[in-house]
Amino acid sequence: MIRLSGVSRSYDVGGEAVHALSDVTEEIAAGEHLAIMGPSGSGKSTLLHVLGCLDRPDRGTYELDGRDVSRLDEAELSLVRRHTIGFVFQFFHLVPRLTAQENVELPMIFAGTKPAERRERALARLRAVGLEPRAKHRPDQLSGGERQRVALARATVLEPKLLLADEPTGNLDTASGRHVLELLEQMNASGLTLVVVTHDPAVARRARRVLVLKDGSVVYRGPGSRIQEAVEILAAAENGA
Amino acid sequence: MSFLDLLGFATRALRGHRLRTALSLLGVAIGVAAVVTLTALGEGARRYVLGQFAAVGSNMVIVLPGKNETSGAMPGLGGVPHDLTLDDALSVARGVREAEKLAPMVVGTETVSFGERKRQVALFGSSHEALEVRRLGMAQGRFLPAIPWDRGAPVAVLGSNLSQELFRAGDPVGQVVRVGDWRMRVIGVLEPRGQQLGIDMDDVVVVPVATAMKMLNRSGLFRLVIQVRTYADLGTAKQAVLKLLKERHGEEDVTVITQDAVVSAFDSILGALTMALGGIAAVSLAVAGVGIMNVMLVSVSERTREVGLLKALGAQRGQILAAFLAEAVLISTAGGLLGLGLGYASVLALVTVYPALPASPPVWAVAAAFGLSVAVGAVFGVLPARRATRLDPVTALAGR
Repeated sequence: MIRLSGVSRSYDVGGEAVHALSDVTEEIAAGEHLAIMGPSGSGKSTLLHVLGCLDRPDRGTYELDGRDVSRLDEAELSLVRRHTIGFVFQFFHLVPRLTAQENVELPMIFAGTKPAERRERALARLRAVGLEPRAKHRPDQLSGGERQRVALARATVLEPKLLLADEPTGNLDTASGRHVLELLEQMNASGLTLVVVTHDPAVARRARRVLVLKDGSVVYRGPGSRIQEAVEILAAAENGA
Repeated sequence: MSFLDLLGFATRALRGHRLRTALSLLGVAIGVAAVVTLTALGEGARRYVLGQFAAVGSNMVIVLPGKNETSGAMPGLGGVPHDLTLDDALSVARGVREAEKLAPMVVGTETVSFGERKRQVALFGSSHEALEVRRLGMAQGRFLPAIPWDRGAPVAVLGSNLSQELFRAGDPVGQVVRVGDWRMRVIGVLEPRGQQLGIDMDDVVVVPVATAMKMLNRSGLFRLVIQVRTYADLGTAKQAVLKLLKERHGEEDVTVITQDAVVSAFDSILGALTMALGGIAAVSLAVAGVGIMNVMLVSVSERTREVGLLKALGAQRGQILAAFLAEAVLISTAGGLLGLGLGYASVLALVTVYPALPASPPVWAVAAAFGLSVAVGAVFGVLPARRATRLDPVTALAGR
């Protein structure tokens, strides 16, 4: 599904080059559930942005679903994002003036889906996340967990192959966080490739595989079941050892 | 993305900040209303002046003595222009077929007195046909008698105001007044007419042309006004008059103007005035455009995260550009419509307060004002919309 080879990305911050990713080579299988951990500044967000085609690597290649997307132009990338990738963010990123249903319809508006079909599909997705009765509510009338579920419905309404979640439970209480994770796993179980960036070992543990990043490089790979090893590596990394 | 979706998306975005939208919309509305109102004023002035000419009568050829063009001859050789005499006028009356009615005119000032009351008024010598040529009407009695032009008669027709002041409530017809040193019998009083091309037709005394020439000791006419049968005859009548008088005088020393030449001169001057007023008002539309640009820039920077999200959802640059541009055009179009309403309302108010001024915005100005308002949104919306499309999705999502 995903093949990164020798991917590097550096930024210019105040005249100094910061290597957010250096020489990352990684494969992610279709239908996999992967968690990415790492201290802040380790490059995990950059990795997620590269995976999501929001950012392009300076060096190396990124093959997504059998296609090299690292050299595509802006217009082609936006089509890849539209049809292949779904995003879930820590701060939900719902459009505040639109209702839950309209937020879910948003990607279909840009994809040119007809209004009747849009409505039907949006309601179906909201039903899948248990929010059909809240379809006419605006984000400020929904709880945090409900907002994230709306975002989840929106991310999956165009049936992407890859779902990228950036701290999806970072702003939620434990109960609603668990609900969101269950939904993510349910979608993963039905074949969607899921990549979650998280700080929370409890979230990472549920993944089949965990990566730990430090200074732009992968310093640990292991199964989610052995999360304790990853946490120790992470603690060492955060203490600057 | 369909047009309706675009419209819906933009409308919802605008509803998100109503006050800001309303204020920038008002800016456009004021601009459009200014164009509509000011051009209506200019057009009103034009129509008023043209109306004045129409009151004098159309289909007119006016002959003036002298020529106000240089001939190119050596100084002193051109000679003094001949007077335009009563004989000239008679030969025009006989020799120019197109001439239907003629009013030879002599104008001066004279004192008119009745008993102790005296008034200094314009003396107006003409023929009986002047009644129709100058579009006058009688309030009492009759106009000048149809006598040969070279014969005088001791009769006078008074302007309404003059009659009022000399006779108060009394009946002036049949009374004898003094005009200068002459005793004249009043045979009629004119209808109130007001100003007509600079002469107050309510404060005149009208006498037969030959009498006026004697009173004022003139040998030539002030001018000769000819009414032709139809508008189409104006050109040929003008040429025929020129030819005839050139033969009589041995040189072309008269000026012949047609009414429509005068009218079209005024028409073009006042038309230009209207355009200038519209142009000045249009400047305010440009200012309104800057207002829209400002509001849209604020909107784009407020909605940076949203732009990032739209990009993450797969919206293309063109779609984001269209979405923000649609907002700007919506503001300016709604402002334009409101401005048309305001403009027409203020013109209506103006016409109600000053009914004499036929103010009405010309169609071209209304169309241009509205078109310009829409264009202003499109032009000034481009920069903010482009700024939105150029945002980097990663930084935009972070809200930076």
